[in-house]
Amino acid sequence: MIDTLEKAPDLNERLVSAYERQLEERSNGHPPAFRDLRERAMTSFDALGIPTRKHEAWKYTNIAKALRHDYAVLDPGAASDVRADDVAAYRIAGLDAYTLVVVNGIVDVDLSDTDALPAGVHVGSLRDAAETHADVLDTYFGKYADVDEDAFVALNSAFDLDGVFLRVEKGVTLERPIQVVYVTDADRDVLLQTRNLYLFGENSEALVVETFHSASDVKTFSNRVTEVVVDRAARINLLQLQNENDEASQVSTLQVYQEAQSTFSAHTYTLGGALVRNNINAVPNGEGCETHLYGLYIADGERHVDNHTLIDHAAPNCFSNELYRGIIDDRATGVFNGKVFVRRDAQQTNAYQSSQGVVLSDDAHHYSKPELEIYADDVKCSHGSTTGELEPEHVFYLRSRGLSERQAKSLLLYAFAHDIVTELPHEALRNYLDGLIEQRLNA
Amino acid sequence: MLEIKNLHANVEGHEILRGVDLTVEAGEVHAIMGPNGSGKSTLANVLAGREEYEITEGSVTYDGQDLLDMAPEERARDGVFLAFQYPVELPGVSTMQFLRTAVNSMREHRGEPVMNVAEFMKRMREKADFVNLDHNLMKRSVNEGFSGGEKKRAEIFQMAMLDPRLAILDETDSGLDIDALKIVSAGVNKLRGPERAFVLITHYQRLLNYIVPDVVHILMDGRIVKSGGKELALKLEEKGYEWIREHAAELVAA
Repeated sequence: MIDTLEKAPDLNERLVSAYERQLEERSNGHPPAFRDLRERAMTSFDALGIPTRKHEAWKYTNIAKALRHDYAVLDPGAASDVRADDVAAYRIAGLDAYTLVVVNGIVDVDLSDTDALPAGVHVGSLRDAAETHADVLDTYFGKYADVDEDAFVALNSAFDLDGVFLRVEKGVTLERPIQVVYVTDADRDVLLQTRNLYLFGENSEALVVETFHSASDVKTFSNRVTEVVVDRAARINLLQLQNENDEASQVSTLQVYQEAQSTFSAHTYTLGGALVRNNINAVPNGEGCETHLYGLYIADGERHVDNHTLIDHAAPNCFSNELYRGIIDDRATGVFNGKVFVRRDAQQTNAYQSSQGVVLSDDAHHYSKPELEIYADDVKCSHGSTTGELEPEHVFYLRSRGLSERQAKSLLLYAFAHDIVTELPHEALRNYLDGLIEQRLNA
Repeated sequence: MLEIKNLHANVEGHEILRGVDLTVEAGEVHAIMGPNGSGKSTLANVLAGREEYEITEGSVTYDGQDLLDMAPEERARDGVFLAFQYPVELPGVSTMQFLRTAVNSMREHRGEPVMNVAEFMKRMREKADFVNLDHNLMKRSVNEGFSGGEKKRAEIFQMAMLDPRLAILDETDSGLDIDALKIVSAGVNKLRGPERAFVLITHYQRLLNYIVPDVVHILMDGRIVKSGGKELALKLEEKGYEWIREHAAELVAA
């Protein structure tokens, strides 16, 4: 079954008219910021259209179908009822983080807590940064994500969006993490977009935690693009914790660019949502980089979780390591598609990839597709991919000691998931995730 | 306590047990010996409730209940314990968490309160010492990276923790050197008592030098062909299974 854009003309028209309206409103007679990029992006989106399952990258995820719904294009800045109390509940206990709150794609400074940020750290609204850090945005904004080939990046780039601007200057170590709280709160079904720019200076160190929350129970579709620049020898951890309700869908694109000797680790946890597509594209572009992508997804009901990774090794002596685990139950679907590209100059690359899916019901599906494309001759690359049920031997062993089948399975699944949790760089996060996972597996 | 009558069991369409009869009373230790492929492990696994066996005929009664009708965990909670021939490794599953869940599921079943952590830890240490098991092993995942001997000792340690009434030991002696065999046997002997019964499944007589059985049975081709006292094991050791095979042929002919 192939769906085409023609079957969802309304949404496309709404997007184009929203684009034109915004062009008028925001320009105010002046040439709007990044006009060239936006026009190029809109033209590209128009040409690409919403991908169908004919596209190799969308083979297992029917995104056109998910978008064939009466979503209103959310007016940025639409009123919301989110209050400080709600946000307090979203904070992770024991993390002691600076908090930045993004409501419906707009940074809400009043709800945020970024007081006492150390010198050399800027956290705030991207739109504000367009004025306060104009030269920085000129250098970095829109330079990494692929407007020409990726429809969702194009759609995102066509709009003058708000989102998070984060900059950690050269040599700064952030002692406390930054938690970015994304809340959607609408009174009708909406499509919303967010644009982030994370810049980590040379030899900086930071942990950024992104959490996603539904404050209303309408259907939402979020298209978020985050460009991340990790400068020389910086050490960065980014956790994305997706635990929204059953009505929330998202396409998230994380575009990571690394300079030499830097280490970037992404930790992607998908415990909720309706349809979640995570694209992580990392380009270790200097010698001696490390890139770690850890992912855990637990999908039940009708959920659909698709993790799509690309590591593009362009420089020699880099190390990349991907470890993904999925637990799929009921009628849910899990997908892992990991591509490792080793360019001709990227000699001495070490690239490892492991994807394991456990399927708990006959109607649950898991697709795992590793892809290696290697053009250098002196490299070490490996991938392992398994999909299966829990070992009956293991379940029986535990039951023979008095554990119920349910207890046995959740203990085994917890252990399976815990391997990913141990990679988190902060004890409060490990405890928090362990708790969430245990709760999910015993639900 | 345990009464097996005319038990027939298939695995993947092959009949492995062909009419086993066995009665075990509380306080007794029974040894079941037999050559490879005679059905010893099948019998152990059927008693523990492994699902890939199909029972085609016969019955097993445990304390007046139909054992075959009970889920593996129900059997365990009612006091049946199987020490596995090949204990599985469970990476990431904490030994302590696993055993606490197991111990408490049994206590709950008996209407006893949950054991608190301090009490549980104390019990763990005591029972580990029972089979000279390094306390550090308990901080690891279940059986992960244990040597063959450590795994077997860990099974007896688990048995001591769970305090069963009917313990089935499936070739617990295989792969043990003489020192380990003595330790394991001493552990089992300490657990012997008037309320508890043991079924020892073994290929060799050696184990029975250390755990002296009340009754020895010889299982061959899925049937118990001969039963006797502890001297039967010695005779078997001396004459070999061929002697029994001839004897069995006579029995069937008669």
